[in-house]
Amino acid sequence: MSESAPGRHQWQWIYRHPVAVRVTHWVNVVCLVFLLGSGLAIFNAHPSLYWGNIATFDRPLVRLEAVAEGGKPIGRTTVFGVAFTTTGFLGLSRDGEGQLVRRGFPSWATIPSYQDLSTGRRWHFVFAWLFGINGAIYLAYTLASGHARDLVPARTQWRTIGRTVWDHLRLRFPHGPEARGYNVLQRASYFGIAFIVLPVLILAGLAMSPGWDAAFPWLPQLFGGRQSARTVHFICAGLVTLFAVVHVLMVLVSGVWNNLRSMITGRYRIEAE
Amino acid sequence: MLTPKRIPGLAWRPSRRRFLTGGAAGLGALALGGCDRASNAPWFRDLVEAAEGVTRTAQRALVPRQALAREFTAADVSPVFKANGSTYPDNPDYDSWVADKFSSWRLSVTGLVEQPLSLSLADLKAMPARSQITRHDCVEGWSCIGQWKGPTLASVLDRARPKPNARYIVFQCADDLQASFFLNAYYESIDLIDGYHPQTILAYEMNGQPLPVPHGAPLRLRVERQLGYKMAKYLTEIQVVDSFAALGSGKGGFWEDLGYEWYAGI
Repeated sequence: MSESAPGRHQWQWIYRHPVAVRVTHWVNVVCLVFLLGSGLAIFNAHPSLYWGNIATFDRPLVRLEAVAEGGKPIGRTTVFGVAFTTTGFLGLSRDGEGQLVRRGFPSWATIPSYQDLSTGRRWHFVFAWLFGINGAIYLAYTLASGHARDLVPARTQWRTIGRTVWDHLRLRFPHGPEARGYNVLQRASYFGIAFIVLPVLILAGLAMSPGWDAAFPWLPQLFGGRQSARTVHFICAGLVTLFAVVHVLMVLVSGVWNNLRSMITGRYRIEAE
Repeated sequence: MLTPKRIPGLAWRPSRRRFLTGGAAGLGALALGGCDRASNAPWFRDLVEAAEGVTRTAQRALVPRQALAREFTAADVSPVFKANGSTYPDNPDYDSWVADKFSSWRLSVTGLVEQPLSLSLADLKAMPARSQITRHDCVEGWSCIGQWKGPTLASVLDRARPKPNARYIVFQCADDLQASFFLNAYYESIDLIDGYHPQTILAYEMNGQPLPVPHGAPLRLRVERQLGYKMAKYLTEIQVVDSFAALGSGKGGFWEDLGYEWYAGI
């Protein structure tokens, strides 16, 4: 790793991302944006989460609602019995016209922006199929090509994880030969998202379908019931969103053009050895 | 079924247009505006109907025809079973049926059948009945578990003997849920696969009691592998048809005419 001025270095181009990874990556970006927006629109039709097979309407794990407090409407979010005032964001927020409306997630976060469960579902299932097919292509490629191994943190990397975390916190990223492969934090987060969170999210989504449940009764059981599956689906969507936010931040601060170029053309620039 | 007071997309149209033409909402809002506009475009409707077809084809291919929805035990029954949609049909006939405890109510079976039927509640109760404790999944996201009892739809169809060109079973209801200039009365339809499924029953009993009025007294449909809005309440007529294109707005059901999927297995 070097912090010297770039002018003093020889640049070297490496071929970082094969075309299958680049294409599936960008298809994923589009799918996840639409799936998240339409998913929140669907959630808004009943903005509460439960555990088990059934909805216990008066005892939700999480509820977003609009209530009157002192004669004034407020947005209230209740999580495990603890209430937070979330006016303007959750429970009560302004629509495109500036009117305060009773709504789980605000209109800027949902697709469509107006409350319409059927259209939200339509968007969700179109992109769910696309996302599933794209994911299957990625999985087939990554396993057949051995790329999956690039995502498993190496034993030697775990030993230096403290150092890697500290470097990341100071926004110091490898630019030399170490940048050829993914570091331990990248590997752990990419592996966790691609091979744990997203598969669980998909299974939890399927478990909400009464049709699939008839064919695969173990599916909702896996989560402890259909309402649990809905909650797990929501939590996984939150984890994916968290991942995406951190991922984009890291792309921005660790050399945005180099990163973007490598995910578009495949070519990544590192300092010569 | 759904809460009728939320009619998707209707009240919002003018504000959405202003929202779009206002143009000051920034890039994110513009992108979302694009989604809103696309949501009403014909190409989008074609695309989403294609996706619905993929879902239906995949489920029909992978879910065995006779695969049963899970049945639960009495201990699993929901203490509170939400009644959605209309909870008392706005219909003078219905008032008189309630008054005489549904003794003058009849279920007619018509359409492409060799033997049209007119069945009283007593006729239906005299038939062999199936009892099942199943999970009811609302399209809104919640689920409840209840016990249902009644004859299978298959046994009623067997008595009416559908003709060879029969393809769909249509259910007409006493609830004129918001029927008006621009909305149809409640109706639903299913295909013969679900029509003859062993768990597809005409329920006159819920949780050991006569079917309560909010849940569709005297008779409601149970289609256990699909969402709640398919399970029409307040049944008055079963029509055997070869196409539902001429009914309502042609999409096969009240909520379908408003944009919901006809195949609600997901």
